[in-house]
Amino acid sequence: MASLNLLVLVCLAYVVLLFAVAFMADRLAARGRSTWLRTPLVYTLSLSIYCTAWTFYGAVGYAARSGLEFITIYLGPTLVMVGWWWGLRKLVRIGRSQRVTSVADLISSRYGKSNTLAICVTLLAVIGVTPYIALQLQSITLSFTIFSDADPTAAFAEGTSVILVAAGLAVFAILFGTRNLDVNERHHGVVTAVALEAVVKLFALLAVGVYVVWGLAGGVGPMMERIDASPIGTWQVHSGRWVAITFVAAAAFVCLPRMFQVMVVENDDERHLRTAAWAFPLYMLLMSLFVVPIAVVGLDLMPPGENPDLFVLTVPLSQGREGLAMLSFLGGFSSATSMVIVAAMALSTMVSNHIVMPIWLSARGGGGASVSGDVRNVVLLARRVSIAAILALGYFYYRLSGGGAALASIGLIAFAGIAQILPALVGGLFWRGATRSGALAGLLVGFALWAFTLLLPALGPGLLPQSVVSEGLFGLAWLRPHALFGIAGLDPVVHSVMWSMTLNAAAFCTVSLTSFPSPLERLQGAQLVNVFDHSAGPRGWTGSVAQSEDLMIMSQRILGAGQAQDLFQREAEAQGVRGHLPEPTPAFLEMLERELAGSVGAATAHAMIGQIVGGSSVSVADLLRVADESAQMLEYSSQLEAKSAELSRTARQLREANDKLTHLSAQKDAFLSQVSHELRTPMTSIRAFSEILRDAEGLEPAEQTRCATIIHDEALRLTRLLNDLLDLSVLESGQVSLNMRYGLLSEVLDHAEAAALAGADTPLRVIREPATEAVQLQSDLDRLAQVFINLIANAQKYCTAERPELRITVQMAGDRAVIDFIDNGRGIPPEAQDTIFEKFVRLRGEKVGGAGLGLAICREIMQRLGGNVTYLADRGGGAFRVVLPLATRIAAQ
Amino acid sequence: MTDPGGGAGAAFLERQSYRRRRLMDAARLLPLFGVLLFALPLLWTTPAPEGAGPESTGQAMAMSDAILYIFVAWSGLIVLVALFGYSTRHWGANDGPRGPGRG
Repeated sequence: MASLNLLVLVCLAYVVLLFAVAFMADRLAARGRSTWLRTPLVYTLSLSIYCTAWTFYGAVGYAARSGLEFITIYLGPTLVMVGWWWGLRKLVRIGRSQRVTSVADLISSRYGKSNTLAICVTLLAVIGVTPYIALQLQSITLSFTIFSDADPTAAFAEGTSVILVAAGLAVFAILFGTRNLDVNERHHGVVTAVALEAVVKLFALLAVGVYVVWGLAGGVGPMMERIDASPIGTWQVHSGRWVAITFVAAAAFVCLPRMFQVMVVENDDERHLRTAAWAFPLYMLLMSLFVVPIAVVGLDLMPPGENPDLFVLTVPLSQGREGLAMLSFLGGFSSATSMVIVAAMALSTMVSNHIVMPIWLSARGGGGASVSGDVRNVVLLARRVSIAAILALGYFYYRLSGGGAALASIGLIAFAGIAQILPALVGGLFWRGATRSGALAGLLVGFALWAFTLLLPALGPGLLPQSVVSEGLFGLAWLRPHALFGIAGLDPVVHSVMWSMTLNAAAFCTVSLTSFPSPLERLQGAQLVNVFDHSAGPRGWTGSVAQSEDLMIMSQRILGAGQAQDLFQREAEAQGVRGHLPEPTPAFLEMLERELAGSVGAATAHAMIGQIVGGSSVSVADLLRVADESAQMLEYSSQLEAKSAELSRTARQLREANDKLTHLSAQKDAFLSQVSHELRTPMTSIRAFSEILRDAEGLEPAEQTRCATIIHDEALRLTRLLNDLLDLSVLESGQVSLNMRYGLLSEVLDHAEAAALAGADTPLRVIREPATEAVQLQSDLDRLAQVFINLIANAQKYCTAERPELRITVQMAGDRAVIDFIDNGRGIPPEAQDTIFEKFVRLRGEKVGGAGLGLAICREIMQRLGGNVTYLADRGGGAFRVVLPLATRIAAQ
Repeated sequence: MTDPGGGAGAAFLERQSYRRRRLMDAARLLPLFGVLLFALPLLWTTPAPEGAGPESTGQAMAMSDAILYIFVAWSGLIVLVALFGYSTRHWGANDGPRGPGRG
């Protein structure tokens, strides 16, 4: 008698065996000696998590209800595998080269690392897979119920057993799915355990099948006759469902998170696909080979009310074959556990990577790379919690739905929901024009239609009122969930799949065509669609020693030979490895990355190590980060350059200012000494003659007069000197106020001539050309006259000719008047021509009388008036040229 | 597909890569072929719906024949894929076309 206790014991023993296998596989993988774990066979067997308890139990029930239709669930994936060369091969290549961790990650990275999209896919996957997990819990519980019914002594409580099963599965998934954080998200232990379970479930189903065909029916021939005589003895397949379910199964095979996990993420070598392409369809063929016979025999043998979903168990039990029933139970148990574990792992990866981590990081204030230490723990914790939460969701769904619906219908609903990812996925792989907005639109439309037409009606009247089902949303008849747009009479699944997939694809294409992708999106699109142009071929696992060597070579280049060797040596000692090459453990890689980051920047270091260790191409995001860093460095260095240029400019200016100040100071000193000298000479004679007047007694009146005259003259000279000095200082300081007036040049010259020649001892003949002098001026006419007076007086004083003459000519040069004063004397010797405009400069042998300030004042005045005065060499005599601007209104004519 | 009597090396290579391309074409056609095989049962006569007149007298397809057909077709497809995989087992990394949809 198969007691329930024995069953539980067998179950526990089986689970312990699984633990042991998974643990051993992990150990072997960690030591790098797990070559047999990476064979195509294990890969193929791990794909068999596609065959869940739904397949194991449900297919027979499905066949008992609808004949051969159940086989579409396998025909779809078979077609996908048969087309591996242009479909799955690309998917796997992309998954490996982009270090993709889940289907949500793939879609997000294809559409420019969009986290919105990743969240959408994750939510869709969670909603789609939760019923599926509930289904597995239900099947395990149902199978327990069968045995407890057969064992009257057992006290079996359905509620607690479901909780126990869910908790046990969660523990297993947490233990082996989240033990460590692998860059490539590979879990050798779990995959090996899944492969073992695949063998168990195939063996169990084949055993039951063989027993039924040869043990009960008496061979193939009689079996076939029995089949034809049974209620499902003729071909009666709904053609719409046949096509729709085949399509949905094919789509779900690619999009289901757990299938993506084993097929793409856990894939070690692209070449395994070549074997799996025929071996996995063969596996499915064997799994379905005996489904119809078991169903037919079950319908024959069992009472009419018996649940056909459990024929695999009840048929052997009813014949007293308890060992076979036990084996069959283990097969179903295997199917359910492997599916739940891998699905929970895959979903938890998605939830933690795309929902929990972004929230956590933004809550932490976006510390980025600086918090890499804790992040690993947070990720692991997030995954563990997610696994528990997903199983809890499955449990609650099971409690809510009451576990009543047939297994097959729940499975189909989940498939149709997951299939909504297909347009975004396939479009993203093959069409560069697919955009993020398009993918988002397609997903949302498909998801909404699926939920409205299939999920909500299936959940019963609790979530969707009956009135909506019969009369349509908002009372609109064309919005009835089972007759959208007025097309009634279709099978609900066909109806839902047709509308949701069509409109999903239509929205995806339309929005993609009309929207414009971001640069990152376009780059990622090009990289993924043309993945065969960019990535290396199907590489096997590269040896870890080779990796260490590569790392060593790279580190030496960056850190320098001595430091790199030291670093590796220390790590090797810490790891207890002989030789000087340590194993590339994650901790070591992280440390090395930090070391390198100090030299070349975090993003570059990450990309370099990723290239060597990950065996994957550098993603666009990595490159963008590198570019970003370089740009920041460039910007920083250009800022430094600008600052240094500014500094040197300032220093030059300071030097110039200093030179100027020194020069000015010297000038000032020279000026002071000159002024003192000029003042002392008259003061000396004044003092001398005033002393004579005071002390000498009996001076002749004539003598007295002479002395007084000298004193008076010298005082006059002092006054004139001081006046000139004052005048000059006012002019030089720029504080002079100019009295600008209009006037004729000729009048100014008349005035100057008269003033300069008044009371002159020697006659000076001034030659002028009145016709050219009728020039209108706008200037300070008094100051201008002062300049002219000075020039004429100079000629009068210093012209050495016998009959001195001064020629004044006026010419026009553009908007300026040029007035030349040329006398017929000796002129100024060339060596003095440069200095005559300086202060206190007098020519040798000059008659005393001027302080040497006249020309300096002239030049200052002319500069204030916007003109200039220069000495013209080689004109025969002394020649001065005055240039001054004309009145503006005359210049304008 | 043997090289006839040591022809020029270039000719041999050309022929080999030509064969590869046609093999890849075949690999692409294979899923379409599978779709055809699995869609064929839709043409079979189904039993007359209840209440239909006696005019639909077409003999319904027996379940055993249907099973036989589907499993034979399925096995055939598997064999074809296995053959393709076997003949491509020595292909290197990027021997294939530069991507699906070309060549």
